[in-house]
Amino acid sequence: MTDIPTADVRIDTAVLNGGPRPAISGGGSLRANGVTAWFGKHCIVAGVDMEMPAGSVTSIIGPSGCGKSTFIRTLNRMHELIPTAAMAGEVILDGQDIYGAGARPALMRLRIGMVFQKPNPFPTMSIGENVLSGLKLAGIPCRNKAEMMERNLIRAGLWSEVKDRLNAPAGALSGGQQQRLCIARSLAVSPRVLLMDEPCSALDPSSTMRIEETIREISHQVTIVIVTHNMQQAARVSDYTAFFLADKGDPGRIVEFGPTSELFNAPNDPRTEDYIHGRFG
Amino acid sequence: MSIATAPVELPQPRKVRQSPKELLERPLAILAVVGVAMAAIFAVTPLSGGLGWAICTYAGFVGADAYDNYRSHGKVVAKDRVATVLVYTAGLCTIVPLILIVIYVLKQGLGGITKAFFTETLESVGPADPATVGGAKHAIIGTFEQVGLATLLATPLGLLTAVHLAESRGRLARVTRVLVDAMSGIPSIVAGLFIYTMFVLKFDQGFSGLAAAMALAVLMLPTVARTAEEVIKLVPDGLRESSLALGAPQWKTVTKIVLPAARSGLVTATVLGVSRIAGETAPLLMTSFGSDGVNTNPLHGAQSSLPLFAFQRVRAALPTQIARGWAGALVLILLVLALFTIARAVAARGRKGP
Amino acid sequence: MHDVDLLIEPARPLPEPRVIDPGLTVGDRAFRALSAAGASSVLVILGLVAIFLFVDASPAIKTAGFKFLTTFEWDPDGLPAHFGIAAVMFGTTMIAVIALVVAMPIAVGSALFVNEYAPARLGRPLVALLDLLAAVPSLIYGMWGLYYLQPHLMGSSRWLTDHLGFIPFFRTTRPVFGSSMFIAGIVVGLMVLPIVASVTREVLSQAPRGVCEAALALGGSRWGMIRSVILPFGRSGIVGAAMLGLGRALGETIAIALILSFNFRIQTQVLAPGGGSVAGLIANNFGEAGEAQRHALVAAGLALFVITLIVNTVARLIVNKTSKGKME
Repeated sequence: MTDIPTADVRIDTAVLNGGPRPAISGGGSLRANGVTAWFGKHCIVAGVDMEMPAGSVTSIIGPSGCGKSTFIRTLNRMHELIPTAAMAGEVILDGQDIYGAGARPALMRLRIGMVFQKPNPFPTMSIGENVLSGLKLAGIPCRNKAEMMERNLIRAGLWSEVKDRLNAPAGALSGGQQQRLCIARSLAVSPRVLLMDEPCSALDPSSTMRIEETIREISHQVTIVIVTHNMQQAARVSDYTAFFLADKGDPGRIVEFGPTSELFNAPNDPRTEDYIHGRFG
Repeated sequence: MSIATAPVELPQPRKVRQSPKELLERPLAILAVVGVAMAAIFAVTPLSGGLGWAICTYAGFVGADAYDNYRSHGKVVAKDRVATVLVYTAGLCTIVPLILIVIYVLKQGLGGITKAFFTETLESVGPADPATVGGAKHAIIGTFEQVGLATLLATPLGLLTAVHLAESRGRLARVTRVLVDAMSGIPSIVAGLFIYTMFVLKFDQGFSGLAAAMALAVLMLPTVARTAEEVIKLVPDGLRESSLALGAPQWKTVTKIVLPAARSGLVTATVLGVSRIAGETAPLLMTSFGSDGVNTNPLHGAQSSLPLFAFQRVRAALPTQIARGWAGALVLILLVLALFTIARAVAARGRKGP
Repeated sequence: MHDVDLLIEPARPLPEPRVIDPGLTVGDRAFRALSAAGASSVLVILGLVAIFLFVDASPAIKTAGFKFLTTFEWDPDGLPAHFGIAAVMFGTTMIAVIALVVAMPIAVGSALFVNEYAPARLGRPLVALLDLLAAVPSLIYGMWGLYYLQPHLMGSSRWLTDHLGFIPFFRTTRPVFGSSMFIAGIVVGLMVLPIVASVTREVLSQAPRGVCEAALALGGSRWGMIRSVILPFGRSGIVGAAMLGLGRALGETIAIALILSFNFRIQTQVLAPGGGSVAGLIANNFGEAGEAQRHALVAAGLALFVITLIVNTVARLIVNKTSKGKME
């Protein structure tokens, strides 16, 4: 497998060159088949089957320690970076197993981006450089840098606040702004899927609102999978919701998965209902 | 929709005050003790003047203060106060020697700092010539060349080692960390002896500035490696994760994200290493050997340097020689202190920066 | 309300983990090779040090054998050659002991001062000053010790002999002081003070704050808290710091060379002039050494290398054990 981007990313290159935005049905379809993850001998999640259709927003909810973060990291091959980590099962992006023979992790991570809980813009770079950093790191040429910066900052809902200080250091922004910058940075490489690991839990309520707006706006271009501690947030932003649970000593498993409105209003599993009504958590 | 709340007037913080009686307690005790101490000195002579008076006063103060506290507040408070005094004394003891040293070197060496010091050498200077004749130009050149070469040798190796220690988890990393610590304990004279046996003798190169630079590099490498490793480890993991999540290969993550983020710390590590070796004398005795004239070629021939210059002059019999040695020592200590302060300033700015 | 039933379905057998290709690029592989090469340079250098010292010292070692460590004379050029480092080892050890006696109380005290007593604004400049003390070259310490400290300590030396002379340690046969191991020890003590103080400071700062606060909350004084919580916690760390200082003191050359008037015999009177250290032996005799003398000196250097290596390694093990073990 070579490093030259393949067909679907070539469409993205047209976007990068500032050409007219093609009408692709936004986002890639992601599917987890029997995903199981270990750290050493300790199994964290087991047998997760989930389908995240293209252009949808899927949220993952559940109490602490049920393996949500570990699971989401198997979706972009970040899990294997930790020593003693192991996984089983398949993760299929647009029909291709990202763990398959010959698949390059770096290329997979280009297609499946991630935004983390703690905002972490690159401190030595300015705001504009941060947005373009993904392209630079992956070695993707960009012909119209200014247009690239503007487009992605608009998508992330940050453009109006930083448009006249693109050269300022990224550390000068507030927490919420930094997180939106990270979203812009992730969007700049045109991923098919964007994973978000509790992106708002370190932010104040008004920043959280802005980011939820952003999620709604970009959801048709990028499939989004969001892990959240906040059930109300899941109810607000997502189309589908998965409820994870781990019993003491057992690996986390997916208890119920379905359209958000169904899961919250008429859950099938009694445990889901108990969690939603706050009887444990 | 706004979630802001109405601004609230914050109250002023309370100040904790001591009663006037408490405030007076200690100075009264001190005054009482000074009198006791004066009497004590005359009883316990002969204790060499200033030092003896200081020790007597101190001991008397501690004793009387302890007794007074014991009587008015009890054993626990008395012990606590004595401990406080002792600890403060220890803190003072760490500052005083530095001040004494700097002042003394300034006093002794300032007279010898003339223009000639920087522009002339000792080549045509007789042993009895006054200190204003001749200078240390050859020594200064030698120091710059040797320290520069040592930096060139040690910094790349040190930084590579640090990157490996910080980013890799294999067995080589674990072993190397132990070895780096071991290496930092090598006495400087042993480093000189090593280069002497290997380079000067076995490879038959004779005394040279390069040999001195190699010995200094052996001493510099562990300092650079360890400081750089700590600095690289301080770079938050979130940055590495973000870079990897963007699709960057691991080596680009390290070279384009982690190392630039640690940039000021790496500079600090290097400058700290330089300040460590700039003043080293022992290894030079058997590698560069010292000379009276300028030798700009570090690859061949004995070469002087500031520490050797000062050391050899100070051991001479004549006061003029000794005065030259002090001038050299002054330049040396100013150089080392300047380097050290620069290193810390760079580190502090890096901490505050992004 | 029904009980929350947290029993998951009967556990399906877990699958086997996959073998995943980490997908290292060419750049990754090259980079790893490069950094590994840099790291192994440390191993190579240390190995070379050991090898070259040993090779050059072997004629001397062959001649003297194990008696090298126990002989009290130094005559490698004589026939028969009869030399050993026992006398200078004694001197080295004695100076190191005095240095530690001077440095340890001040180091522990200043560590406590910075950690527990000093207001935060004062603590950081003090730490910076302490590190500055470490940056001063040993040559300067030696010169300062010789010209400034020694005259000031003459009186104290006399006082010590006069009043504490019944202890054989402080006895002197002639009323000549100066150029003594006592003064050299004090100067070396000042030199190792910064490193012992900073290691001690780090060790003591890792005492569990919760337990410290509990001691204060019980109504204890600050000193009581230090004595019952911090010091016991840091005991082995302080020992480790002392050993690091010991290692440094054992290897000190120039300051001792300047202060001590070198003579090669066991000097049990620390206040009297004379004595020697291993490093001083090497430094002093190196200039005019013939072949046999040189082999013997290198053998002395090898012995110094091994000893400081052992002391430093043990010291680091102790210090690391403290910080790791108690970090619960």
